[in-house]
Amino acid sequence: MSQHVNDGRTSRWLAYAIVGVGALIMLAPFYFMFVFATHSRTEIFNLPPPMWFGDDLFVNLKILTERLPFWRNLGWSVYVALASTALTLLFCSMGGYAFALMDFRFKKALFALVMATMLLPSFMGMIPAFMIMDALGWIDEHRALYIPGAASAFGIFLMRQFASTAVPKELIEAARMDGCGEFAIYWRIVLPLLKPALGTLGLITFIGSWNNFMGPLIVMRSLENYTLPLALRSLQSPVNTEWGALMVGSAIATIPLLILFAVASRQLIAGLTAGAVK
Amino acid sequence: MRLPSFLRLSPRWAPYVFISPFLILFAIFGVFPLLFSLYLAFQSWEPTSGLQAMEYVGLGNFAFALEDEWFWKSLKNTAWLALASGVPQHLVAIPLAVFIHNSFKRLRDGVIGAYFLPYITSTVAIAIMFSSLFSKDFGLINAGLHSLFGVENVDWLGKAENIKPAVAFIVFWRYLGFNVVLYLAALQTIPKDLYEAADMDGAGRWQQFFHITLPSLKPMILFGVMLSVIGGLQLFEEPFILTGGKGGIDQSAMTSAMYLYRMAFDFNDFGGASAMSWLLFALVVLMTWLTNRAFRPRGGSV
Repeated sequence: MSQHVNDGRTSRWLAYAIVGVGALIMLAPFYFMFVFATHSRTEIFNLPPPMWFGDDLFVNLKILTERLPFWRNLGWSVYVALASTALTLLFCSMGGYAFALMDFRFKKALFALVMATMLLPSFMGMIPAFMIMDALGWIDEHRALYIPGAASAFGIFLMRQFASTAVPKELIEAARMDGCGEFAIYWRIVLPLLKPALGTLGLITFIGSWNNFMGPLIVMRSLENYTLPLALRSLQSPVNTEWGALMVGSAIATIPLLILFAVASRQLIAGLTAGAVK
Repeated sequence: MRLPSFLRLSPRWAPYVFISPFLILFAIFGVFPLLFSLYLAFQSWEPTSGLQAMEYVGLGNFAFALEDEWFWKSLKNTAWLALASGVPQHLVAIPLAVFIHNSFKRLRDGVIGAYFLPYITSTVAIAIMFSSLFSKDFGLINAGLHSLFGVENVDWLGKAENIKPAVAFIVFWRYLGFNVVLYLAALQTIPKDLYEAADMDGAGRWQQFFHITLPSLKPMILFGVMLSVIGGLQLFEEPFILTGGKGGIDQSAMTSAMYLYRMAFDFNDFGGASAMSWLLFALVVLMTWLTNRAFRPRGGSV
């Protein structure tokens, strides 16, 4: 018996050690991103490399803002992420509500279509996306980044799942009996009940847009209009890359994500694995 | 507030109005472009010469793709990267999830968060970070390998045979946490009394792992592997940024999705790129189906 207990304790400590070291490996690149952001190019490539913060943060920031219209790029990232979040929440909650609680013709087929679009590989959209944007005259326009994906299949799926348990059908029928209009029902009854799911979808959409690389890569043309990921990449060159400046830029692009994650990691993880876990 | 009657939505039409944003956006940015790319796959066309310059070439684009050395090379690279990043993801994620599930109570959320964080971070920031960590003479990874194992500095990004492992590691690092969360969710659904009964019968930890845990995880393993296969065949951003969009020395980290991009946007061959995208799509469907089959019990209904 005591042998068994002892066994359990050793293996428990072993588990702590393995999981702990693994977690450090996962976090190390983030730590060094912030450390390197405060060192000059030559210091970063010292041997051994710096392990603690230095005092070149503002020098690096100055180089960054000289090489890039950095604050503008940051602004565009914020703008596109907010616009795409707002539109996605509106469209997906409307669609999810209809699929969850209303009856209409072709409902099953249309929902199957929604699910099918989730499985479509991203590279299938690359060339067609460029062509349609070109035809619409949306090349180098930010609306090309937030409109096409605004009624995302994932969002509609998430909203439908949530609405079908959180919104009682009787409540809606009662409101209808009382002469409440369809938009009023959606706006005053359904939306408030969907709040938790809206929060999750909002976070996911914001982060997705913030990190989006392929979309802007295909449609955006001028450095002035770039969002952060594209702008940062343009600093990378085979020779003389300003690593310190790049690290500051990457760190600034990462900070909002760290804050969102610190505040809502449970909600985010649950939302991002929703399709899988349910 | 009451709307005038002509603005009030009748319950009959309401559902169509509510799903119309999806339908409209999907038609414009989903169906139409997809059909157009299918049409384009049979045309020879450069976007710079205008729409009227399109020319029907039958299966020419497909034939060209299948004879194209680089296309095959990109397929091999993609398969290599998908395996080298995908297999370890699951081999590591399963025991890790078991450890976290059994031994972590109070720190659980924090630990899961640490593993999940790379998944929500910008690929560009990650790739930039790693290209400095992987640098040959001054990178932290080489410094670490040297002091721990005495390994000579490896030229990760400058030698054809080293780029792929570097990319595979980044992909592994990025998606490990996602898989850990999947397996943790599946572990929670295994009834505790199964383990209690096994304890009574004197089954050791290893036996319990192989006879209870693994079989119970099987549906999630299938699902997770399927996601890795689908994701692996689409790999684009990590190698694209790490190799400056060109695929690295000797194109050794050029995935199929990257080659597709280059065909269209670097070489201006939209017809060829469209044909390739449909070939690749067929491959994704085939691989998904094969994975699904491989995990089903033999003789069982599919």
